[in-house]
Amino acid sequence: MIPSDPTTTIQQQKRCYAAGSAQPQDGIQQGVAYSQLLKRGPDDALRNPELAHISAINGETRKMNLFQAVNDAMSIALATDDNAVVFGEDVSFGGVFRATMGLAEKFGKDRVFNTPLTEQGIAGFAIGMAAVGHTAIAEIQFADYIFPAFDQLVNEAAKYRYRSGNQFNVGGLTVRAPCSAVGHGGHYHSQSPEAFFAHCPGLKIVSPRSPIQAKGLLLASIRDRNPVIFFEPKNLYRAAVEEVPVADYELPLGKAEVLKKGKDVTVVGYGAQMYTLENAVQLAEKKMPGLSCELIDLRTIVPWDVDTVVESVNKTGRLVIAHEAPKSSGMGAEIASAIMERCFLRLEAPIQRVCGWDTPFPLVFEKFYMPSMIRCFDAIKNSVNY
Amino acid sequence: MVQLHVIDGILYEAQRQGRISFYMTHYGEEAMIGSAAALHEDDVVFGQYREAFMLLYRGFSLDEMMNQCFSNDMDYGKGRQMPIHYGSNKLNFQTISSPLGTQIPQATGAAYALKLSNSRACTICFFGEGAASEGDFHAGLNMAATLNCPVIFMCRNNGYAISTPSSEQYRGDGIASRGIGYGIDTIRVDGNDIWAVYNATKAAREIAVEENKPVMIEAMTYRIGHHSTSDDSTKYRDRKEVEERAQFDNPVTRLRRYLEHKQWWSQEEEDQWRKEVRSSLMKSFTAAEKRKKPALENLFTDVYDEVPPNLVAQQQELQELIKKYPEYYSLEDYAKN
Repeated sequence: MIPSDPTTTIQQQKRCYAAGSAQPQDGIQQGVAYSQLLKRGPDDALRNPELAHISAINGETRKMNLFQAVNDAMSIALATDDNAVVFGEDVSFGGVFRATMGLAEKFGKDRVFNTPLTEQGIAGFAIGMAAVGHTAIAEIQFADYIFPAFDQLVNEAAKYRYRSGNQFNVGGLTVRAPCSAVGHGGHYHSQSPEAFFAHCPGLKIVSPRSPIQAKGLLLASIRDRNPVIFFEPKNLYRAAVEEVPVADYELPLGKAEVLKKGKDVTVVGYGAQMYTLENAVQLAEKKMPGLSCELIDLRTIVPWDVDTVVESVNKTGRLVIAHEAPKSSGMGAEIASAIMERCFLRLEAPIQRVCGWDTPFPLVFEKFYMPSMIRCFDAIKNSVNY
Repeated sequence: MVQLHVIDGILYEAQRQGRISFYMTHYGEEAMIGSAAALHEDDVVFGQYREAFMLLYRGFSLDEMMNQCFSNDMDYGKGRQMPIHYGSNKLNFQTISSPLGTQIPQATGAAYALKLSNSRACTICFFGEGAASEGDFHAGLNMAATLNCPVIFMCRNNGYAISTPSSEQYRGDGIASRGIGYGIDTIRVDGNDIWAVYNATKAAREIAVEENKPVMIEAMTYRIGHHSTSDDSTKYRDRKEVEERAQFDNPVTRLRRYLEHKQWWSQEEEDQWRKEVRSSLMKSFTAAEKRKKPALENLFTDVYDEVPPNLVAQQQELQELIKKYPEYYSLEDYAKN
């Protein structure tokens, strides 16, 4: 039966799975596209003290999204290290997220190549290359599929140096994997498995929030003398765009970044969650005039920068941590207990953790599962009003 | 082979006496040393755990061996791993780890690296027929074939994985039949015949290095000894079966007969050689046993290239605890740094 007013019915039935334009609520324009965390001008990009030295070498910047920045980092890694190779499932034609575009053409199919479809094989192969001194940049197509490689990464890569008494190491190993929510990824295209690996001494875990960060942190990860798992928030691949220095530069591992100074509450996250936290902070400061939040991007999840967070919480007395992964035994639990140990006398409210629920990542309920702006705002409010 | 046999005998007993914590013998598989002779010294070895012959052949000293088994302050592994988890950077022998099969795709990756750097070397990867049931076996072989890696997969099919006979391990025609399925040149050899093992490995190396292709060798042998010092194999197999194999198809005896036939070796020479090995091993054994354990700081180093802040703090925490409860933490047996 044809409805009497077709336009309204069609609108009601419209389902939008793509990252559509977010409607401003409470005057907050949500979404990566409106973020002030991204550096939209060349001067803005180089204003960061961590990048200030670049102007002296080559101050040129180019507009890149996150996959292009990752591509640029790998291109530089391959150009500056003859022993570096890039491989994984479907990387040859450019990768399912376009991160390896043009690399096989530029560096040859011996250095950028497809592997058979086997994650444990990819990780083991990469470990073998690194064990004889080469630089292996391996890709796992989705972080959700890193689990078949768990044994190789946890029992082998992480322990390689320790168990051999430093006779051998796999410092040249970097595993890249797209992670986190993407709007419609369901169980196996949405996971954030960092906490599984955070429990494993010997690995470093890094997750960037933006193209500038992705390039600098990935280059640092590739060149770091320890095995690194590099989780790339896949919903930022195209959405996050900024002016990225064209120079070869690294950003420090194990160092958090204070994105916004504040005095009342410390807000900590990493990866794509930083944009949600940015919005939550905006909303909190709008709704609670006079409130000032300090926003920190951890960047390196292991080993994480305890000192920067401690310093901040000692000042603010309050801490809110947010991540997409489930709450129980997530990174938030580790951060919360470490801060409780270090800042007990300074804490004025219970530490708040805003996380995914302790469920598998759901398809149609994603919006309700996510540690969204409103959930993060509510946690900030609860902390401040405690 | 004889040297290996003598070492195994002494260390097995040493474990029974509680002087080392664990040991695994090579009984029945001594002819695998033929593979060592067929390789070049820059070929990289990835082992499982029953490949000490490879180290001995390359010149690993008895001292080095004993230091590892006693986990003393001279152990290259700094006392961190169980006995027989040997490793030697200078002998291109990657450190052994306990998880089975993990070394298979690793050997493939290392072979790919050797190919890229035009080193004209190959890797050899040892594993048992039990480990070949792991997913890493499938991954490693398929990757080696598709990515043209100069690696020799050397399977020691000795009939048992701990208590599991090969009839419960697979239903196909052993491990060799699988190699063909991956498009890998494969051969099955009499693993108790040192010359067969040597010839197959030599030919495999030639194919690997000259043609950049993997080769698989399945060496049929028999595990005469128990799986390890934690195992009593009479619980699951007939003692008679073992005795028969030890007597009638013993790789050491077979080589000795050959040498005796050529008049290159005699019972007297063998007795003398066994005595020499025994006496130099006992010297290393006693010296290694007397040494201190590695300095305590080695508990915290080498997790990463540099000690991260959380480990610095934990190391400090332990030191304070030791000071506080000296009666519970004796450091006498540990070297000072």
